[in-house]
Amino acid sequence: MIPEIGNFALILALLLAITQGTLPIIGAARGIPSWIALARPVVQGQFVFIFIAFSCLAYSFVTSDFSVLNVATNSNTELPFQYRVAATWGSHEGSLLLWVLMLAGWSVAVSVFSKQLPDEMVARVLGVLGLVSVGFLLFMLFTSNPFDRLLPAAIEGSDLNPLLQDPGMVIHPPMLYMGYVGFSVAFAFAIAALLSGKLDATWARWSRPWTTVAWAFLTIGIMLGSWWAYYELGWGGWWFWDPVENASFMPWIVGTALVHSLAVTEKRGSFKSWTVLLAICTFALCLLGTFLVRSGVLTSVHAFATDPERGIFILGFLVVVMVFSLLLFAWRAPKVGLGGKFDLLSRESLLLANNILLLVAAGSVMLGTLYPLIIDSLDLGKLSVGPPYFEAVFVPLMTPAIFLMGIGPISRWKQMSLPTLVVRLRWAFGVSVVTALIMPYFMGEWKPLVSFGLLLAFWVIVSAFVNLKHRLSNSGHGGLFAKLARQSRSYYGMHCAHIGVAVFIIGVTLVNGYETEQDVRMDVGSQVEVGGYSFQFNGVSDYVGPNYQGIRGDIAVFKNGEFLRNLHPEKRTYNASGMTMTEAAIDTGFLRDLYVALGEPLANDAWVVRAYHKPFVDWIWLGCLLMVIGGFLAVSDKRYRLKIRKKDEVVMKQEEKAEAEEPADAAEVPASAVASNPAMATETRKV
Amino acid sequence: MRYLMPLIVFMVLAVFLFAGLSLNPRQVPSPLIDKPAPEFELSQLHAPEKILSSKDNMGKVWLLNVWASWCVACRDEHPLLVQLANSGLVPVYGLNYKDESATAMQWLRQYGDPYEVSVVDPEGRVGIDYGVYGVPETYVIDKQGIIRHKQIGPVTVKSMEETIIPLIIELQRQA
Amino acid sequence: MTRLVSNLFYKTIKFSLVSRLYSVTVLLLLVLLIPGLAMSQQVDQSSPQAIPVAEDPEVEKRMIALTEDLRCLVCQNESIAESRADFSNDMRREIREQIQANKTDAEIIEFLVDRYGDFVLYNPPMKPTTILLWFGPLILFVLGVWFLISYIKKRRVQIEEVTLSEVQRKKVEAMLNEENK
Repeated sequence: MIPEIGNFALILALLLAITQGTLPIIGAARGIPSWIALARPVVQGQFVFIFIAFSCLAYSFVTSDFSVLNVATNSNTELPFQYRVAATWGSHEGSLLLWVLMLAGWSVAVSVFSKQLPDEMVARVLGVLGLVSVGFLLFMLFTSNPFDRLLPAAIEGSDLNPLLQDPGMVIHPPMLYMGYVGFSVAFAFAIAALLSGKLDATWARWSRPWTTVAWAFLTIGIMLGSWWAYYELGWGGWWFWDPVENASFMPWIVGTALVHSLAVTEKRGSFKSWTVLLAICTFALCLLGTFLVRSGVLTSVHAFATDPERGIFILGFLVVVMVFSLLLFAWRAPKVGLGGKFDLLSRESLLLANNILLLVAAGSVMLGTLYPLIIDSLDLGKLSVGPPYFEAVFVPLMTPAIFLMGIGPISRWKQMSLPTLVVRLRWAFGVSVVTALIMPYFMGEWKPLVSFGLLLAFWVIVSAFVNLKHRLSNSGHGGLFAKLARQSRSYYGMHCAHIGVAVFIIGVTLVNGYETEQDVRMDVGSQVEVGGYSFQFNGVSDYVGPNYQGIRGDIAVFKNGEFLRNLHPEKRTYNASGMTMTEAAIDTGFLRDLYVALGEPLANDAWVVRAYHKPFVDWIWLGCLLMVIGGFLAVSDKRYRLKIRKKDEVVMKQEEKAEAEEPADAAEVPASAVASNPAMATETRKV
Repeated sequence: MRYLMPLIVFMVLAVFLFAGLSLNPRQVPSPLIDKPAPEFELSQLHAPEKILSSKDNMGKVWLLNVWASWCVACRDEHPLLVQLANSGLVPVYGLNYKDESATAMQWLRQYGDPYEVSVVDPEGRVGIDYGVYGVPETYVIDKQGIIRHKQIGPVTVKSMEETIIPLIIELQRQA
Repeated sequence: MTRLVSNLFYKTIKFSLVSRLYSVTVLLLLVLLIPGLAMSQQVDQSSPQAIPVAEDPEVEKRMIALTEDLRCLVCQNESIAESRADFSNDMRREIREQIQANKTDAEIIEFLVDRYGDFVLYNPPMKPTTILLWFGPLILFVLGVWFLISYIKKRRVQIEEVTLSEVQRKKVEAMLNEENK
């Protein structure tokens, strides 16, 4: 009964989504207020029905209703409660349901936080989101219905993939989908702007916070996935350039480009068609990622049970979405104005250069990911493209981009003289070169690549502080703290995210440069020395987990002969699937991780043990976390909050004035101020 | 036109993705096809003191089937191999891959023994020479000792009727 | 497991008085013993050193460096170095032996490619079918830079075209300077 309710709710949600995707858009085009007004209530209705469907599936999982095929194949009665809940989105079907739930959730958020937007704009945005939802609901109902029955019902279910029975894996997919789905909001704003033909700076201002939030969520999602791989897969790697990792990384790179390009469009009114194109591409890459994971065209650790019919459906959907969007783009973009004027050396051109580099990087990742497929489909043989390729290609492309990260925030909009820039940054450059040359000595051994990585990281950090210093010296009177408090949150957000990148680079550089490992046979009582720590193996003990049999190793860690702590790496054999999982034991530290994993059992209670000393590895995720915090800081900026609270023009004007009074150093003339100035507006229009 | 570029690029990509749907990324074609079959001299399963050399099979078309008692998929294809051997069309040789000889012989008693001779490769070294990466695999080797076909995974009625048998007949006709 | 815990818990309640006395004694004992226990946790310098899995660390190092860039054919996208599948175990053994037999890395790779094809290489070799793969990023980069420069140039020309009279332009610049102050 419950699954049927869920199924029915999904069908109703589909009908509402169809309504949402058609009437408001037509209404906005023809100027029918009652149709435009439909958008908000329909969105909220759709969310309610999808939520009901999701709850029904969760209920079936929690109560172990094995007459539902999806439950029978992805859960069993032994599975602990929290993983039964998580199993709701552990399968292909369930994860799609989570996807549409989030899409509906984001749509509701748009409908609630868009009071200051013109009604037609909201109607168009929600309409586009409705159409996206239609696609996914159709996909689910026709090829992957989570409520399909299994008759007769199974007595016991199989199992949730043991890889997924882990707290990190429980939240990794929802975060990733929050990001993917969030970019569909950015996409919807772009399409709505194209539909209306009013592709102006206000559009960028509206869509910017949504894009930043989506980007932040995608960052969390990727970070969690990487962290999970680190502690769960048992060899301490954190990024494998696996096709599916790449599938989430490509939209992240292009999304990063979009976030930066939106800044230009909002502040200066430039790059409008470019920004729109980026928004479309980011969403397309999210769909491409879905296609790659769920169609089975690439081999990967993540592969869901695959089925070519699903592949054809998603590909068809992708083609429909892209042909429509890109045709719309080709039709509207030529008529879009150029925006403000800028010189060859200006913040605009630097941001555009950064965009290009990011796109080239994304393009290269895509080339490497799809190349085996292309060669195979041309019948030219089979080949593999793996980490050596991506590292050889990605690092050189990112180096200039990171160099630009130091210059970008310091340069001025419109035009910038090279000598001034050099004067401002020569100290930053000098300091980072010297530090980068010296630092590796403290790590024990000087290595050119480490020095180079550190140079990039210090460059970003030092130039951020140089920037802050200039900004403060230009922010009028008052003490240091008063000046600090006067800076906007989006300014801090930017630096926080940039420093996050630097921290990330430090982590990657040092762990690659100085990681040590030992792969040893350990008898009970024997020791091994790794990175200045001794690990003493004290045997293993058996224990019974809720749905697995575990073997827990007991390893004492000593530093300079002093006891530090015990580590308990595990091997688990899951009852239902018989799969064996390795649970590494990690002593996390700010400056290093100690990482121990059990290998295979040997005679006389001895075991193969792998022990690693990984300096600064946690900085990788710390850096990602700083990027995320930076994103949320930027979104919490008062200029977005004010607009939500107060609608009237006067406040808007005041706020713009306040922004225009920002120090000359930043010279951030709001695009809306430009637009309100007739003389300048003429200049910015191509006519 | 400039603004249509993104669409054109995307459509090219979509064509490749569509073509990719009909491919199997797990299937790795063997570079050994049309190359001489690697030589081996291995002891026989049922008579460990006797050695079978791959050179002994020169001048006839033969099948080399890689199998093991621990391999579940081998059970699926086994009746087909027994049938083929009984038809007398072609001699089937077995490469007993990384197996215990006792259990292997027990397994053959249970499911039938289609093999002219089975040879033992306990450590999978000949397997590496042949590029074996999963069991079962089946090779069709011609009179000159050249590998003409490699079946990865179990032999099926379809692959037998459409590929393997016609190929054997064709090869046998050649000098 | 849970039953065991609850049983213990139940018993603790039942004998709470006795157990409290008991636990106080135990605690006291522990306090006295802790330094001793900590002492006993001191690393025993005489304890035997674990033996590396590899008989020869140099061979192992080369083997790992090689296998990190080789694909395990039976796995879902794992390198032979990482994978613990049977196939990878065999490959590692084979490669160790070949290193011991003084084969060069190139010879070992050739040995594998002869048997398994280019598919085993995560680092695809440069050949006609991979030229586009290896030079693709460079081509994209050049195209990107070309686009960047031509766009900025064209933009300036276009904006110049629509610029009104010289007087008006000066006025605008004055305004912008005003804003930037």
